[in-house]
Amino acid sequence: MAHAPTLTQVAEIPNSATIGLLGDNPLALLKHPEARTGKPAKMTSRGLSVSYANKPALHDVDLDIPVNRVTALIGPSGCGKTTYIRCLNRMNDIIDTCRVEGSVTHDGEDIYAPDQDVVRLRTRVGMVFQKPNPFPKSIYDNTAYGPRIHGMTGSRDEERALVLDSLRRAGLLDEVRDRLDAPGTSLSGGQQQRLCIARAIAVRPEVILMDEPCSALDPIATARIEELIAALKQDYTIVIVTHSMQQARRLSDKTAFFHLGRLVEQGNTEDVFEAPQDGRTRDYVMGRIG
Amino acid sequence: MEARLKNRHRAERRFRLFGGLAIFTSLIFLGALFAIIIQTGAGAFKQTRIALDMHLSPADFNAGQAVEGDWLERADYQAMIKRALRQAFPELRSRREKRSLYRMVSSGAAFQLRKKLRGDPGLIGTDFRIWVLASDDADMVFKGAVPRDAPVAHRRLDDRQMSVLEALEDTGRLRSQFNWTFFSAGDSREPELAGIAGAALGSLFSVLVCLALAFPLGVMTAVYLEEFAPKNRWTGFIEVNISNLAAVPSIVFGLLGLAMFLNIFGLPRSAPLVGGMVLALMTLPTIIIASRAAIKSVPPSVREAAFALGASPVQAVFHHILPLAMPGVLTGTIIGTAQALGETAPLLMIGMVAFVVDLPTNILDPATALPVQVFLWADSPERAFQERTAAAILVLLVFTCLMNLTAALLRKKYELKW
Repeated sequence: MAHAPTLTQVAEIPNSATIGLLGDNPLALLKHPEARTGKPAKMTSRGLSVSYANKPALHDVDLDIPVNRVTALIGPSGCGKTTYIRCLNRMNDIIDTCRVEGSVTHDGEDIYAPDQDVVRLRTRVGMVFQKPNPFPKSIYDNTAYGPRIHGMTGSRDEERALVLDSLRRAGLLDEVRDRLDAPGTSLSGGQQQRLCIARAIAVRPEVILMDEPCSALDPIATARIEELIAALKQDYTIVIVTHSMQQARRLSDKTAFFHLGRLVEQGNTEDVFEAPQDGRTRDYVMGRIG
Repeated sequence: MEARLKNRHRAERRFRLFGGLAIFTSLIFLGALFAIIIQTGAGAFKQTRIALDMHLSPADFNAGQAVEGDWLERADYQAMIKRALRQAFPELRSRREKRSLYRMVSSGAAFQLRKKLRGDPGLIGTDFRIWVLASDDADMVFKGAVPRDAPVAHRRLDDRQMSVLEALEDTGRLRSQFNWTFFSAGDSREPELAGIAGAALGSLFSVLVCLALAFPLGVMTAVYLEEFAPKNRWTGFIEVNISNLAAVPSIVFGLLGLAMFLNIFGLPRSAPLVGGMVLALMTLPTIIIASRAAIKSVPPSVREAAFALGASPVQAVFHHILPLAMPGVLTGTIIGTAQALGETAPLLMIGMVAFVVDLPTNILDPATALPVQVFLWADSPERAFQERTAAAILVLLVFTCLMNLTAALLRKKYELKW
């Protein structure tokens, strides 16, 4: 690629000049993290900073996740949105070099408190990953695994009912009803992702975290997952990381925009997309950066 | 550009040629090795037998004097065999001639006769024929391992014995049959009575002990180091030392076994138990390193999926990671065990190099192992031991091949299609 300035880049210049001004916009400061979603916060973070091997990845994030709503985290690659979502169920604990500061609460309980049981937290805050990752077991066993390890079902019949219910809620039951014993890995990508959602639902979590759940899927499979998310928000609080602004706009009630490890803006989805307060947000949602 | 492309294609062809040549050369060497071993060892699977016509009278057993039930045990079977030989060749009269005649049959012939009579005492008083083992020298000549016109010193059969051999052959009283003794007997000073069963059992017991110790220990160590241990200076130190252990000459493990297991713990000498323990020490680093690599290669997404469902680390490991790592773990284990099966040096140090005639019945009985048996026979001067050495190597190779085949099959069976 030649390095001659393109139209977009030229257009960016005046905007970048205004970033500093708009970033300190008193209007933006007035906006309290408690967004106008009309719902109390299920999870909150205050002053959350994360670093990997002393390299900062997230800086001082205050964000509220409203209950029974879809919250979308958007931002360019490497902005820290995946890091953030992984803090909400302490998946970052797996990484040795990861350090987390600040507080994250779930129903007012500090999930990073020393006496917090990570296993219990993760049953309440489930997660669906970017790449569908069913276990190399049957569809049935994939879904039944969570309930089994937590001893959630007493009898085989109860377990079967829970599995079927979870698959139905994930919109997968009709497609796999006759082949529950087939390996989960034999499904198509979109079906695998719905299986992963069913697996997450089966442990009856309160919050479902979704880390770019559609990025490996084609548009039709994506549409099905989106329908599913829209239906799931009746019962669950959903946090979704996405690269697609259209998806964030279609799906979410609240949007948080991350840039270079900072939370730049958060608010009702329409507000963030229609009337962004920050210059960087405006550039991003209009497709000028990122 | 064009010239460069041509050069690149030429480099490619050259590389393929070198690769092909390398494989071809190694195949030739391997083929030669196998050809030589098979050619030398094939003879050991056949054993020459001589037919003797026997007529035994009750007087031969001194039945009147002996205690009931014991008389079959105490009879002089050697004398009966000799008498049958004398009757078959009445023309040989002098002591010397008779002695060379007796040397045509194995000293095991008397035991064969006893065994036959114990099975059917009714044969006493009747005429019957028994196929007794030929001596190793007669066996070698009849099988053609030694040319008949070779000088006497090399042939080890004098002219009189040669004529006896030919006479037996002409009257159909000489035949070659499958050598069961080789697979059912322990070691012996007489090649025709020697077998590998003792050594094979010793090897089997040792390898089982080795597996029982090294597999769980090795896999658990790998799991702990890979999944649970904090990554700090200590674990780094342990890792380096495991790699070092894998490179330690095997005889050093033998010395350790001698000092620790025999001298301090007072375990029995020459026992497969101790052999297995020493081999386990040797196999451990191989299993640990292979298992760690296998565990490391399990995609992190599986781990994340398990954790995200609230599985504890132990559940994540034992429900998901270890089953997925199993093909690699098993391959490493079987390769390590196959190595242990072929190991001689550490067994020498703990006394498994003894001359053991009896078959071991448990892991505390004295025993040898297959490679040690090869080493012992290779040391023996008798020509017939030469082919038995090769045959024992063949058996060892077959075992190793079987184990490697198992490894390949297990890997195929548990390999997952993602």
